[in-house]
Amino acid sequence: MSATPVANYDVEQAITSIVNNYGAKPQALIMVLQDIQKHFHYLPMDALKVAANKMNLPIAQIYGVATFYKAFSLEPKGKHHICVCTGTACHVRQAKVIVDNLELMLGIKMRETTKDGEISFETVNCLGACALGPLMTVDDVYYGNMNVTKLGKLVDELHGIKSAAGAEEEVA
Amino acid sequence: MNSARLNAPAELEALREKLVKQRLENKTIITICAGTGCLACGCESVANAFRDVLKEVRLDRDVEIKTTGCHGFCERGPLVVIHPEGTFYQKVKPADAKLIVEQTILGGQLVKKLLYKDPQTKKDIPKERDIPFYKKQMRIIFDKNGYMDPTSINDYLALGGYVGMVKALFEFKPEALIEEVKKSGLRGRGGGGFLTAKKWASCRKAPGEPKYIICNADEGDPGAFMDRSLLEGNPHAVIEGMIIGAYAIGSHEGYVYVRNEYPLAVKNLNIAIKAARELGLLGDNILGSGFSFDIDVSRGGGAFVCGESTALMASLEGKIGEPRAKYIHTVEAGLWDKPSNLNNVETWANVPIIVEKGADWFSAIGTKTSKGTKIFALTGKVNNTGLIEVPMGITLREILYDIGGGVPRNKRFKAVQTGGPSGGTLIVETSEARIHDSMVAHGDILDEEDALSLLDLPVDFDELTKAGSMMGSGGMIVMDQDSCMVDVAKYFINFLQEESCGKCLPCREGLRTMLDILTRISDGKGDMKELDVLEELSTVMMDTCLCQLGGSAPNPVLSTLRYFRHEYLAHIKDHRCPAGVCKELVSHAIDETCTGCHLCLKPCPTNAITGSLRSLHVIDQAKCIQCGACYQICKFDSIRRVKRGEGELIQQRAKEKWQPPMKKSAAAGATAAA
Repeated sequence: MSATPVANYDVEQAITSIVNNYGAKPQALIMVLQDIQKHFHYLPMDALKVAANKMNLPIAQIYGVATFYKAFSLEPKGKHHICVCTGTACHVRQAKVIVDNLELMLGIKMRETTKDGEISFETVNCLGACALGPLMTVDDVYYGNMNVTKLGKLVDELHGIKSAAGAEEEVA
Repeated sequence: MNSARLNAPAELEALREKLVKQRLENKTIITICAGTGCLACGCESVANAFRDVLKEVRLDRDVEIKTTGCHGFCERGPLVVIHPEGTFYQKVKPADAKLIVEQTILGGQLVKKLLYKDPQTKKDIPKERDIPFYKKQMRIIFDKNGYMDPTSINDYLALGGYVGMVKALFEFKPEALIEEVKKSGLRGRGGGGFLTAKKWASCRKAPGEPKYIICNADEGDPGAFMDRSLLEGNPHAVIEGMIIGAYAIGSHEGYVYVRNEYPLAVKNLNIAIKAARELGLLGDNILGSGFSFDIDVSRGGGAFVCGESTALMASLEGKIGEPRAKYIHTVEAGLWDKPSNLNNVETWANVPIIVEKGADWFSAIGTKTSKGTKIFALTGKVNNTGLIEVPMGITLREILYDIGGGVPRNKRFKAVQTGGPSGGTLIVETSEARIHDSMVAHGDILDEEDALSLLDLPVDFDELTKAGSMMGSGGMIVMDQDSCMVDVAKYFINFLQEESCGKCLPCREGLRTMLDILTRISDGKGDMKELDVLEELSTVMMDTCLCQLGGSAPNPVLSTLRYFRHEYLAHIKDHRCPAGVCKELVSHAIDETCTGCHLCLKPCPTNAITGSLRSLHVIDQAKCIQCGACYQICKFDSIRRVKRGEGELIQQRAKEKWQPPMKKSAAAGATAAA
């Protein structure tokens, strides 16, 4: 596990307030994990241990749930997170082209994070705005009717580089 | 706002009367669609621009701005409708707000450039209801969506909300209510099409307390987003339906299980529940009827299998979402082993309308065995994408051509996929497709009459099942000549293989083997014998899988084999992908229609395309990785996807035939000047 160490009191405090939101009921487990993930951008193992303690559940059950559902990640994600929709409607509008080219542009595979920890990307089965396919989200902002040129600009922006077109304009 | 709890139906009616009056006083309302589609197109900044402009001209008190739920025509977002006239503006940008306020609201004139143009007649259509996309629809569930702010219970009440609930609680005995729903013929909208009243009756009869009511909003089917739009745009309709159902069944606790990917739905639903509680429409002793019911919202963890009822209930309990064998139905032992009644979002939204308008009114819509309307998410290769609500029994042709406006860019229509991945399948190929040269040359000809009759298939539960597909939750994905049916089957099996929970063997291993075979076929390494294996595996899975994820998983394979067997044969025997999708069998090449516009150079990740401006471009076949970026971007359809190895030949021919586009552009310039 490449979990980044998080100060203990932070974890304790964060988890307590999350669990208290729902009460220590077993049926709240999935929502508790979602909130933990929202807080840390992934599920750190020490956070899960605290949650198990607070909710009075065996850590094995929590681990089972955390690995079963797709929404959860036990690995840290990048600062910026890209989701490319590969739902059927996007698939027939060639979402694969977007995925392939994103892999090339970022130099990483799906579900990986760039070395500098800046960008991670994954595919999801449906973002639920199928009329705009191919579709992706960057940090939960939707970008519809994607093509490779738009994708290049977005990735450049994420890298903090001005897009080539912008640079040319400046020169001119 | 109106925090006073209502204790009797008369108090609710008094409040409604007050709200209706207030609404009439507001003369002009600008409604801005804020469904997910329009949000993605930037409708929020449009709304803000309107607010600023109205403030500037001091109209912010006289004109009301409403951000509403989804209007359905996502393709044309952001959408703005000016009431009471019903003027419809599409693709509105923030900068247009000023224009609309000045010309339409102050000047009473239309802003021509923002009107919808009929693609055939080229005439402007100023009113929302006259647009062909809406004309053939029958919007009864979506009716209120365009007129209300989903976060305002007052809007819902003013539009006649909770009338059905009052009628149910005060005029019906629970048994009579079930009888009424039975008479309406309502069938579950989540996919199975089970009779809703039958389910309710079994749950009511089942021994055990408490009983639970569950709303399935785990809309996992890729290509379907109607439940999302309903929850986001009109959450009260779902709540009202659940209250009525709870009363009929005798339940006091309800759950809504929503996908975590739908944060806006969760937010709007929670706001709605809170508002309903404050008014006494939810909670103890609803409107003094003596009946109590409350709803909790639960967020799912992103697993497709959780759309299955037993898996969903396990997930609600906070466990791993694995289904169980259903020797005992969930209506008898579901959530925490108590009688539980689960219905889909759209089903619940139908309930208040049935009670309010009566079973006879409802059952007059639709076909013999399928009553009412159905919402479809019309997506893929079709001009007018979006959410449509149509009466059951409408033909595929009407949906695809009258509402959908046909296939974009003059491509050939090939198939329609309905029912999501596991339920889903593909049907239809038009006659135009069959007379295409290359297909004749390769002998890809199907029985023409068969295909044509499919296009006139009335869309309802039973007819779709007969055609080898199913209604499913209502995703309708249109495919054109660029879609390879082997690839589509592979896509679905891959999806299901990833989503299979792995509990039962036939699903876990069967899907993996199917995926292996389909991958080999799409790589051109398939064997004719393997088609038999696919069919045999399908039968085994349908007979032995624990739940419907596995049980219906072979559908996409079987239906593509049924209607597009020739495509499988082309892959296996000719090592050719007729649609040009399967990478291992395809070469990209540029033909003589190239204008030398340079557009394809930049996206090419391997810099395989060369050529100077306004001269023929060429793809270096050795460098090309068949990613398809150039094909996607080319505006002139000059990139060809041909059989592997034939790319060089096409480009050779292009070199001989190609002519500089100078003359053409000069001619175009001349006509433009004239």
